[in-house]
Amino acid sequence: MLYNPHAHADPIHNAPALEARRVVASHAGSPAHALNGVSLRVPVGARIALVGPNGAGKSTLLKVAAGLLKPQSGEVLLFGNVYGLCHCHVAYLPQRGDLDWKFPINVRRLVMTGRYVHLGWFKNPTRADEKIVDEVLERLKIDDLAERQISDLSGGQQQRALLARALAQEADLMLLDEPLNAVDADTRAVIAEVLATLKQQGKTTVIATHDLGRLETDFDGALYLSDGCEVPPPPGAFVGIDVS
Amino acid sequence: MNWLTEPFQYTFMINGLIAATLVSFTCATIGVYVVLRRMAFIGDALAHTILPGLVVAYLNQWNLFAGAITAGIATALGIGWLSRRQEVREDTAIGILFTGMFALGILLISAVRSFRDFTHILFGNLLGVTVNDLILIGAITATVLIALALFYKELELTSFDPTHAQIIGLNPDTIRYGLLILLALTVVTSIQAVGVVLTSALLITPAAAAALLTDRLQRMILIAAIIAIVSSLSGLYASYYFGVSSGASIVLACTAWFGIVWIIRSISKKDR
Repeated sequence: MLYNPHAHADPIHNAPALEARRVVASHAGSPAHALNGVSLRVPVGARIALVGPNGAGKSTLLKVAAGLLKPQSGEVLLFGNVYGLCHCHVAYLPQRGDLDWKFPINVRRLVMTGRYVHLGWFKNPTRADEKIVDEVLERLKIDDLAERQISDLSGGQQQRALLARALAQEADLMLLDEPLNAVDADTRAVIAEVLATLKQQGKTTVIATHDLGRLETDFDGALYLSDGCEVPPPPGAFVGIDVS
Repeated sequence: MNWLTEPFQYTFMINGLIAATLVSFTCATIGVYVVLRRMAFIGDALAHTILPGLVVAYLNQWNLFAGAITAGIATALGIGWLSRRQEVREDTAIGILFTGMFALGILLISAVRSFRDFTHILFGNLLGVTVNDLILIGAITATVLIALALFYKELELTSFDPTHAQIIGLNPDTIRYGLLILLALTVVTSIQAVGVVLTSALLITPAAAAALLTDRLQRMILIAAIIAIVSSLSGLYASYYFGVSSGASIVLACTAWFGIVWIIRSISKKDR
């Protein structure tokens, strides 16, 4: 029995992974619009950057796409399905502060929660799920930390554990909120490698970043945001494929 | 060792013993979630808000448990409803409903002018547990423990990462309301042991002590349960031998355990 059977609709053939049209959204309890008519089109298999300063609306756009925040107006399609139907094909990497890291749970179990979307009520993880968890722990080079409590992780290790969970979900669209923010060099290298593999596997990724440095090499396209609106790229900045 | 077994030649002591063990075990188990989810305030509030339900049921000679459960669930839903749009913060909503409901209970009691009838509701009466009470306590204990086991992974996930729960279609509010209803049921059983006023001690103190000792969830639940059961038994003996309130003795025993654990922790931390 899945948690929300309605959110498991199959992707529609040839539809873009994510399509947002003139999306307006604001956070609960705040009258100001965090997004003010933003449009974005992400083809299947593309790697797209959301670029902008803090408060530009990058995180909000990811939250809307992930189904965490309902847009007030505009349209959001995931793999051609209307909002709410296809969220189980989406994995979302939150900013690290969104979790209670003091909670008594170890890394293996945290990563296992990525499998819950396929398990639903009353079903416990199977051998196959265990195997997937082992694999992603290895991919992120944290297999030696599997039994460690999440309260004992460094920032970089936390980030790897969260990305491992997102991978364990085996989703087609990955929404990553600042995956490289404030992490050590080793973690950076491991995450960059994982992202490159995702690209080879044909997965779609949308990544919020305020790092303008590696856009050309790492991305197919970029959407520049400021104050909740799309803005033209700064002079000389990376453009790539048309995403709006 | 005669003093250990002597009290149990009386049926009321055996009933008290069984009730105390069941109630402590359930309270400590659900209490671990209450502590980890930082719901200590709402646990205390729920215990107080069932007072008017108990009083109304008592005055009309309805089933006390039914009255208490109705009031408890109404409060749990009321808090969620008041704070749903975040115009009123949740802890504010709890503060408003908790005091309002408790005052209503006191008002109803004072209107019939027989506070004495209600002292066992306010402060518990382990030695007055009947066989019928035991059956109800047993049924509720079983319900709560089975529910906690069945929804273990959902409770765990929504406790530390509600965002991920929401992404995968598991509404954290559903789990939260479910937990509040289980909490209301648990609180109702513990009224018999320690009373309305002190119930939250049985929920929070053993769990808080256990949280100082381990960072594994299952071990935490086990330690909390042991502390709660040992405290309840010492309370029972205290009330038998010294004629003091069983509820107050139980709570003080819990507090003493927490104090000991706290001191041991502080000393071992200094050593490191």
